[in-house]
Amino acid sequence: MTTAVIVFPGTNCEQDTEYALNMVGLDAELVWHRDTDLSGADSVVLPGGFAHGDYLRTGAIARFSPIMKEVESLAATGVPVLGICNGFQILCEAGILGGALVANQDLKFICKPVTLRVESTDSVLTAAATVGQVLQIPLNSYEGNYITQDSPSHNGDDRVVLRYCDTDGSLTAAANPNGSTQAIAGIANSRGNVAGLMPHPERAIESILGSEDGRVLFESFAASVSSVTT
Amino acid sequence: MTYTFVIQVDRKPGLSDPEGATTARALHDLGFTGVEHVSFGRTITIDIDAENSDDALATVESMCAKLLANPVIEHYTIEANS
Repeated sequence: MTTAVIVFPGTNCEQDTEYALNMVGLDAELVWHRDTDLSGADSVVLPGGFAHGDYLRTGAIARFSPIMKEVESLAATGVPVLGICNGFQILCEAGILGGALVANQDLKFICKPVTLRVESTDSVLTAAATVGQVLQIPLNSYEGNYITQDSPSHNGDDRVVLRYCDTDGSLTAAANPNGSTQAIAGIANSRGNVAGLMPHPERAIESILGSEDGRVLFESFAASVSSVTT
Repeated sequence: MTYTFVIQVDRKPGLSDPEGATTARALHDLGFTGVEHVSFGRTITIDIDAENSDDALATVESMCAKLLANPVIEHYTIEANS
């Protein structure tokens, strides 16, 4: 079985994501968005980029790509599904995860390392991490500002798994780079099998990249895949 | 027959609108101190071939619900433009 890495026109992080998934022992396979069959996949990753040019709204057109029907049905059956950056935006547009991502508060494209605090380990993204762990991972987005209509303490049925924090793990206004509600950087569905985050863990998996902190998130995903399939 | 509709898509009130907030600040800096609120929306014009105007409107409604607006953060109005 493989981990399907979905490639839309405009996706640009698929090779880094494939590399990271292979590094943690998964067998990643790139799948074109017009394909309709994921029967050989036991997990799915929607990588970063600018699917369909981000036209209309980020992820709005990608969510209707033919492969997404299959992604939605796998997500509903408990298969591990992860969205990174643009992939997170697509999962929100598809309603697989709640909320939406809009322009950064300061209307600037943000490309810099940020620090994240693990808020919950009940997800395919964080299962191998520990609550309170601080990770340094690059953020690279214009529409990274997470908003939700739900009350500040709840996010519908979803749960917050990562928040932007300072290097000590404290939540401060200055540590929230894009104005996200409750400094939310990543969420998961109530079952924990679907998760999305704005920062790019695949860009922090080897010391030569400046940080290896993203690897624990991929290790979480790999552990979740093997626990679902065994 | 071809029908034309103008769809206005706006951010729901109360949700963060960084473009609106930033523009309001800039207007205040320029001395337009009476500005209370600025919000940004999007106008989409659609020409559609349909049997009659009711069918055309129903189709455009469905387009809005499915794709043109995100119900989580946006609402929309549709105006017939004939």
